[in-house]
Amino acid sequence: MTDRPLQGSVRPKPQKVVAEAAAATEPQPGPARPAVRRVGDTVYGGLTFAASLSIFAIILWIAWKLTEQSLPTIRAYGFRFVTGTEWDEVKGVFGVWPFIFGTLYSSFIALVLAVPISLGAAIFLSELAPRWIRTPVTFLIELLAAIPSVIYGLWGIFILLPFLREKVMQPILNSPLPNLPGVSGMFQGYGVGPSMLAAGVILAIMIIPFITAVSRDILRAIPRAQREASYGMGATQWETIQRVVVPYAKSGIIGAVILGLGRAFGETMAVTMVIGNQTPSNPFALFEPGYTMSSALANKFTEASPGLHTAALIEVGLVLFVVAILVNIVARVLVFYTAKDIQGGR
Amino acid sequence: MAVSTRTDLHLARRRTTNFVMLGFCVLASIVALVMLGLVLYFLASQGLKHISPRLFTRLPNNIDIKQGGIAHSIFGTLTLLGIASLISLPLGILGGIYQVEARGRFAFAVRFLTDVLNGIPSIVIGIFVYAAYVYPLSQRNPGSGFSGYAGGLALGIMMIPLVMRTTEEILRLVPFSLREASLGLGATRWRTMWSIVLPVARGGVITGIMLALARVAGETAPLLFTILGNEYFPTKQANVLGAKVTVPAMNTAIDALPLRIFNYAVGPNLEQHDIAWAAALILIAMILIFSIAARYATRGGVLEEH
Repeated sequence: MTDRPLQGSVRPKPQKVVAEAAAATEPQPGPARPAVRRVGDTVYGGLTFAASLSIFAIILWIAWKLTEQSLPTIRAYGFRFVTGTEWDEVKGVFGVWPFIFGTLYSSFIALVLAVPISLGAAIFLSELAPRWIRTPVTFLIELLAAIPSVIYGLWGIFILLPFLREKVMQPILNSPLPNLPGVSGMFQGYGVGPSMLAAGVILAIMIIPFITAVSRDILRAIPRAQREASYGMGATQWETIQRVVVPYAKSGIIGAVILGLGRAFGETMAVTMVIGNQTPSNPFALFEPGYTMSSALANKFTEASPGLHTAALIEVGLVLFVVAILVNIVARVLVFYTAKDIQGGR
Repeated sequence: MAVSTRTDLHLARRRTTNFVMLGFCVLASIVALVMLGLVLYFLASQGLKHISPRLFTRLPNNIDIKQGGIAHSIFGTLTLLGIASLISLPLGILGGIYQVEARGRFAFAVRFLTDVLNGIPSIVIGIFVYAAYVYPLSQRNPGSGFSGYAGGLALGIMMIPLVMRTTEEILRLVPFSLREASLGLGATRWRTMWSIVLPVARGGVITGIMLALARVAGETAPLLFTILGNEYFPTKQANVLGAKVTVPAMNTAIDALPLRIFNYAVGPNLEQHDIAWAAALILIAMILIFSIAARYATRGGVLEEH
């Protein structure tokens, strides 16, 4: 709801020249006043500048504190911290690869489920739906983006898990599917509910409103003339969407998906509540409990002892921070350049 | 004849593709709406079934759970939002003003990093406040560290980019001719902002603040690392105008609505699950009140048509 990448870059031309001209032609004030106004505007400029510096300060402060507090594990493990496959507090061995893999795997499941649905819905909302459908549906989607993740988690525990257990996992486990060669690893386990699959599904439900809203905004920003030209050539509605509208918006839509991916990476509460929080015997198993970086953090943190263990958890936070920064920069750049292209094409 | 049949076939294929693909888009919308409708349905039905006035007035009761409430969690959430606002509103609004007034590379970088900071997962903010504030304090003085201040700081850090971005977007909507008129009459820049631009944009700025509050009110992950949670009202004796008064204590572990939902939902106790559903409904109601207040604040403003 608050991420509206298009708006930021669609802005009027600077009006500085006009303002300066106005300042230059104003009547000359008395001798005492210029000093006062200079002070006022200097204080004003300084205060607002300092406030905007807080953004830099916060990002640097986060980077510095997380690095400083995780120095013990950085010194002890170096890069093996990221590649190590064993995490055992009792032995004092800390490798986060299983958690990183869990984050990637659950986010991948979420994208596979969410991207077709979100794009279909975004195309429907921007190209097909009449106004009386579009307005309430858009409102509903914004509303759903405002629901806190802990509430999705609550819903996940009591509604989604029983449903997946009875209607998805048990039927599949009782079918010949798990015995097929190649996929058997995915269908291991007892299918009691808390699982990697549940985490992927709840993530999908959470990022659908987000990806839909951002891609719809991008699709709607495409100039009408583009579509009219295509219809004028005799193209059907789908051909117009497929060959004109979507290619025009492509990098913006990819940006929207990456932003959704960024949310899935960092999502904590809903995932923690349905993923089961155990190291799986097979990392690809859909029906077995697993871990993600953030769920491991939320789960292991309460029993962390000071020293190496706490430092290890803080370094997990550092890894998440770095990943989030990279994902966001890539996505923002993509969305920004699409918006710029659309501006230019107008 | 042959040519015409081929054209007909071709046309039929194009029409079918059109029909199938548009149908898929409609279907995708229906699937999305049904899933999201199910979330809302169960939230409303389960929440309404278990909500009761005692939740607002009583503290948790571990002997007879059904008689307990979550008054301290509601109070905790409101306090956290207050502290977060104190931290984030001055910085966010001033920073937003800067982003409208300033141009050039630096302003662009600030705008870009505001979006990036917006995308940092809340759990990272939580672990940061833990590393920067809670952990050092608890090392110096065991038992301290987790506090309302730490939680408010975490939520405040999350609110800064939200407020900054919306303030900037709203101020940008104020017509430049208004500014020019004011500057042309000889007003200084700060005077123009304070007396002309800000009053015009007031409703929009308040909307942005409300939406930011709605967004952070439900955050749970940062609170795990900062306020810890408890089951009572922490109080302390304060000296107000010479009289000893009992006031809520902030410098100690406190509770919040989303944290309570989490703790009750993952626990084994069925009666606590019921309270969790009701608490979820209360939290959603709070968020809705903020959002409706946001809409109300913009109504009738100069910028209404935007």
